[in-house]
Parts: sequence; structure tokens; C-alpha cells
Amino acid sequence: MLGHRISRFGSAIVKQLAREGYLSATYGTRNLQRSYGHYLPSLPMVQRQTRTSQEAFFLNNHRFYTASATSSDETEKITIIFVDKDGEEIPVKVPIGMSVLEAAHENDIDLEGACEASLACSTCHVIVMDTEYYNKLEEPTDEENDMLDLAFGLTETSRLGCQVIASPELDGVRLAIPSATRNFAVDGFVPKPH
Amino acid sequence: MSRYLARYMVSRYFSSVPSRPLHVCVVGSGPAGFYTADKLLKAHEGARVDIIDRLPTPFGLVRSGVAPDHPETKIAINQFSRVAQHERCSFYGNVKLGSDLLLSELRDLYHVVVLAYGAESDKDLGIPGETLSGIYSAREFVWWYNGHPDYSGLKPDLKSTDTAVILGQGNVALDVARILLRPTTELASTDIARHALSALEESSIRKVFLIGRRGPVQAALTAKELREVLGIKNVHIRIKESDMSVTPADEEEMKNSRARKRIYELLSKAAAAAGTSKSDPDQRELHFVFFRQPDRFLESNERKGYVSGVNLEKTILDSTESGKQIAVGTGEFEDLNGSLMLKAIGYKSVPINGLPFDHKKGAVPNVSGRVVSQTLENLSQTEPGLYVCGWLKRGPVGIIATNLYCAEETVGSISEDIEKGVFKSSKAGSKGLMQLLEKREVKKVDFSGWEKIDAKEQQMGNERNKPREKLVTWKDLLAAAAAN
Ligand SMILES: Cc1cc2nc3c(=O)[nH]c(=O)nc-3n(C[C@H](O)[C@H](O)[C@H](O)COP(=O)(O)OP(=O)(O)OC[C@H]3O[C@@H](n4cnc5c(N)ncnc54)[C@H](O)[C@@H]3O)c2cc1C
Ligand SMILES: NC(=O)c1ccc[n+]([C@@H]2O[C@H](COP(=O)([O-])OP(=O)(O)OC[C@H]3O[C@@H](n4cnc5c(N)ncnc54)[C@H](OP(=O)(O)O)[C@@H]3O)[C@@H](O)[C@H]2O)c1
Ligand code: FES
Repeated sequence: MLGHRISRFGSAIVKQLAREGYLSATYGTRNLQRSYGHYLPSLPMVQRQTRTSQEAFFLNNHRFYTASATSSDETEKITIIFVDKDGEEIPVKVPIGMSVLEAAHENDIDLEGACEASLACSTCHVIVMDTEYYNKLEEPTDEENDMLDLAFGLTETSRLGCQVIASPELDGVRLAIPSATRNFAVDGFVPKPH
Repeated sequence: MSRYLARYMVSRYFSSVPSRPLHVCVVGSGPAGFYTADKLLKAHEGARVDIIDRLPTPFGLVRSGVAPDHPETKIAINQFSRVAQHERCSFYGNVKLGSDLLLSELRDLYHVVVLAYGAESDKDLGIPGETLSGIYSAREFVWWYNGHPDYSGLKPDLKSTDTAVILGQGNVALDVARILLRPTTELASTDIARHALSALEESSIRKVFLIGRRGPVQAALTAKELREVLGIKNVHIRIKESDMSVTPADEEEMKNSRARKRIYELLSKAAAAAGTSKSDPDQRELHFVFFRQPDRFLESNERKGYVSGVNLEKTILDSTESGKQIAVGTGEFEDLNGSLMLKAIGYKSVPINGLPFDHKKGAVPNVSGRVVSQTLENLSQTEPGLYVCGWLKRGPVGIIATNLYCAEETVGSISEDIEKGVFKSSKAGSKGLMQLLEKREVKKVDFSGWEKIDAKEQQMGNERNKPREKLVTWKDLLAAAAAN
């Protein structure tokens, strides 16, 4: 089973993962219900700890998704830059139509999704770092706003990662993952009183 | 040295010395316990985490608190199960801190002990008549309908009255109101305990009052849950229009909180729509009553020792320095009759021997998750290797997600202490725990034991078109866990 999964990644990465002890941390496949059905049999989660392993993913395997998706050879991709809890920027390629939550999981970005996109948890909260991009998004629905009201570290430009879907206008968007131990001293991060 | 590099080197330190793993025990397998374990396992390759729980079943309030008609919220269990199955993590149920084990023993066995055992008692109103029969805490009632083995035998009387009075207007109050009012045909396909479903099917409750001591702008409930209760079939909402007027201080509160504003707007809409509905025989009513605080419970004349109503004092709001508006009594009183009273005014944690405890807050004093033993001249002295997370740390507020960030903070403190080299001595860890439990003849239930319970419950549920039929007694739970 492990071997089967690994074959998707390319051996260079396998070596790196093995060296760093990541292989122990594989999780079962996720079951995301909404928004991007045909990516469902997603890749296993592996711990991402170094930037290098992240870059290695892309250097060595541009077709990261093609192994798990049926039709995505021609699928257009955009770049989403995640800003993780340490403030590190991690650019990832995301096919149009995929949710930000799935994109994070596919790329081992530490973003929870406790309710697996059923709009019942707010653990997939992300902060759109530039207002310009925030304004390009469709307005959140009442249901998303209800959950956002409870999100940790809510800002003016907060959204739920499971509801934001990759689209061409979002190419280059930076999305921060709120942290309990670190504040983002960057534009667009305005902690809101509850 | 960057934060990241520091963390990396720390994890190297433990992982490169496999003979010296970092032994961690997490007490409590609710969201706080599981998020703590998850973050520790991710941050420290040398960490070995044992999670113990007093119940044979994991997941804390996600199993025993979250309402049966909220299956989507319980999906969090999937992620928690993945953590429990991590090769460096073990779950041991049916092990109670404070009776099976002492805190001092755990601290001897593990480098790090994280207490995340939640809040398993209730805030008191402290008013006359509180011990009369017919008065329950929402915690007891919730544990009853969710099949918690300690309260599955509660048998609240739902047949002698048509009125239930719920004190408090938080989300727990709303959960309880919804369970009392929702058509049982809708509850039948949830994982509600069978005894509760039968009792609700025979229930004569048609009117539920939700009593808040402050106004609609301060109601503790949240928009999603309010929207849901406003939408229940055949339930008519009653709100006095006069309660909906707002003061400049209320306006200010709403300006500062979009959540408050949205809740107020939902309530206003419901108040305006009230009364337009036609009466029908199965009609049920939900009354939001604002600006009333309970003053004393009334004892029934016919049934000694039983409650027959509650005396409420009208209140007005007074602004405090911090800007918070609090309720103050006006000296005007009124009675509200009902022989089922549910107190949903908040939970409280239970202290255990050897643990510093803030009795007023009902939680453990801590700085960023480190347990504080004493504070002298503003300097906090902390207990080495002892941490808290979740409701025990913050008090009984917040949703599942709040515990994620709470765990991040606690694990951040643990990581800092690892960096400082606090955990040098060698510890027995799991092995020592196993020996101790064996000596005491404690029958622990490990994760595979829970999986047997889970499979049995799902199979029983399957036969009844429910996601699961919970086993609700200690005996049945332990038998299922031990089955071959
Ligand atoms: C009725 C109710 C409904 C809720 N509904 C929702 C909801 O729909 N959505 C949402 O996001 N949040 C909800 N919440 C809030 C959420 O459940 C809490 O934020 C969360 O469960 C708190 O996590 P915890 O781990 O601190 O405590 P808990 O979940 O209470 O976990 C504590 C664990 O410790 C164990 N334990 C207790 N004492 C001991 C001991 N001495 N030794 C060993 N183990 C012990 C218990 O068995 C339990 O498993 C609800 C809360 C309540 C009360
Ligand atoms: N679906 C969900 O997401 C969900 C479901 C259940 C619970 N939860 C969460 O779990 C936490 C606990 O919920 P909870 O309902 O137990 O607590 P809560 O939200 O703190 O609500 C407590 C209620 O009791 C009132 N109260 C407290 N002391 C009182 C007193 N002495 N006299 C009269 N009224 C009093 C409070 O009024 P004041 O405001 O005036 O103090 C408030 O209305 C909350 O954070 C809640 O959001 C979430
Ligand atoms: S994953 Fe739960 S709200 Fe997005």
C-alpha cells in the first residue's frame, strides 16, 4: 500500500522523505465531500517540515495531481501562495476548480478541515492577505458567514478554505493560516473583536 | 536561530536519541486532547503520546455533547481517529485520573503531562430551591440524550407538563430546546440514544422558554444555531417586540462585533414574523424571554419536593468600565410555571488532588498552558512538565475549533520547555503505565477495543436506520470492547 502511494511521488522525494522520517506520518485518504468531487481519492498526507521537500515536490513532479485525477493533464492551474504559521511563504500549483482546503491538503500545508468541508467547523479559516484579491472573490454565503463569525483571529478579509475555489482571477493570491502563537505583521491582518 | 530551525533541531535531538523518547501523557480524549497529541506528534519526532480517558470511548463532548442532529460536526472524529492510529500514539480508555491513577504518579512516569479533561460539572445559580426534583443541569440532560453511561438512567419526566423552562441562552440551551421541540421523526434517523428517543416520542412538552438575563444583543448563542432553531418545522417563535429595542450601548456592541449584529438581526426578523402563523394541533412554541434572571424556584403544593415554577426578576443593563453590559435586578418579579427546569448557565471543571485550581473560574490557573502553582508579586511559578488545554484551561467556552488554537499554544509552551532542556531525566512512559494499571487491575480499553464498540454500535444502528445505536451502559460498553 505504501509502495503504491510512493510511486506517485517519484523516487527522489521518497528518499528525502525517508531520510527525514516522514514516511511514518502517512494518513489515510481524506474524504472531502464538496466542491471537487473528482479529486476525491486524494494523496496521502505527509508531514511537511522543510521548504526543500516542498520544492522538491514541484521540481521533480509537475504532474503532481495527474496521478490521482482523471482528466487533469490539460487542467489549467494557478499559483496560490500559502503563508504558514511560521510566516513562511509556500507557493503551490492548484488546478482551477479545486478548493483551497483540498489544495492545502494535497500539498501538506498544515490547514485543518475538521468537518471535511461541511461548513460546520471553521478550522479551515484562511486570511486573504491582499484586499485586492479578497474583492475578487464571490461574497460569502450566510452559512459561511455564520461559521466565520466563530473563526479564530477573524479579520476583514477572512474566508473559509473549503468554500474558496481556485479560479483564474485568483492566480497569485496569498493566503495566511492563522496562528495562535504568531501574529502576521502584514497588510490585511486586522484581528477583529468578537 | 529561526524559530523553525530551533524546532527542527529540537525534534532532531529527541529523534536522534531513540533510547530517549519524550514520554507524553494527555489526560482526556476530547478535541483538546486530540489536537494536543496531533500537534506534539507533528512537532517532535521523538514524542510518544499516550492519551487516557475515563470512558471506554474516545472523543469527549464530540460524542457526548454535540447534538445528535449535528452529524456534520462529528466528522471531526475522522481526524481524531487518524491521530489515535499514529504509530507513536496510543489511546487507553476506562482509565480515570484521580481514582485509577494519581496525578503525582503520572508525573513520575512521563516527561510531559497535559491535562485536557474538560469540564464535567455545572455552574450553580445559588438560589433557593435549586435542589428540587424536576430541575436538571443541561449537562445531565445532554448526557442523557447522547447516551453517556453515567446519565443514561436519568429518566427526566417529559410527560407531566407541557412546558419546559431553560435558563440561559447559550448554544447548549439552544441544543436542548431543539431536541425538545424537533419532530421525533427527524430525530429517529440520528444517533440519539434509544431511551431518549422513546421518551421524546411520548413527550407532552409543547412550549419551551429560553430565559436570558440580558438582551437580544448579548445573547450567548451563535447565528448558525439560531438560524437552525428558527427553522424547525411546526415551531412558532415568540419574542416580545418591546425586548427588541436597543440602546446606544447596544448599538456600540453591535458595531464592534459583526456576530452580535447578525444575531440581533435574525432575532428581529423572527420577532417581526411571530404571530402571523395559523394554529395547528401539533403546534409547538419557542419563547425567547429576555431581561429576566432567576430568583428562586417554586415548590409544588401538590407534590412535595418537586419544582412547579421559577420566580424571575426583571433586569436592566448596566455598563461596566470594560464596556461590557451586565444585568442588574429591578426589584420587579414574576412567576413562570413549569415542572421541567433545565439550567444551561455553563459548565465547570472538577478539581483533582495535587492540581492547582481556580474555584471561581472553575479552571486551572495557567500561563500559555503551563500550570501555575503560585503567583508572587506578578511572577508566576509554574509546575515543571505539567500543562493544560481545552475547557480545563480556558473555562467552558468555545467550539471544537477553539481547542485547535488552544492546543497550538500549549504545544508551543512545551516546545519552548524542550528547547530549554527541562526534560532531562529518564522516564518509564507507557511501559510504566501498563505495569501500574495491571497492578491495580484496571481494565483499560485501547483503540482496538473502541473500534469493536464502534463496529457494534454502527451495526445496531444499521438495523434501525440510524448512523449508530449507542451502547449506553458501562457494562455493555466494556463487554463490547472485550468481545472477540
Ligand atoms: C452540549 C454541548 C454541545 C456542543 N456542541 C458543539 C458543536 O456543535 N460544535 C462545536 O464546535 N462545539 C460544540 N461544543 C463545544 C465543544 O464540545 C467543546 O469546545 C470541546 O469538546 C471541549 O474540548 P475538551 O477536550 O476541553 O473537553 P471534552 O470534550 O469534554 O473532553 C474531555 C474528556 O476528558 C475525559 N475525562 C474527564 N475526566 C477525566 C478523568 N478524571 N480522567 C480521565 N479522563 C477524564 C472525558 O471523558 C472526556 O472524554 C459543545 C459543547 C457542549 C457542552
Ligand atoms: N453548535 C455549537 O457550536 C455549540 C453547541 C453547544 C455549545 N457550544 C459552545 O460551548 C460553550 C458552552 O456553551 P454554554 O451554552 O454552556 O455556555 P455560554 O455560551 O457561556 O452560555 C451561558 C448562558 O447562561 C447564562 N448565565 C450564566 N450564568 C447565569 C446566571 N447566574 N444566571 C442567569 N443566567 C446565567 C449566560 O448569560 P450571560 O451572557 O448574561 O452571562 C448565557 O446566556 C459555548 O462557547 C458554546 O458556543 C457550541
Ligand atoms: S472544513 Fe469545516 S468549515 Fe471548512
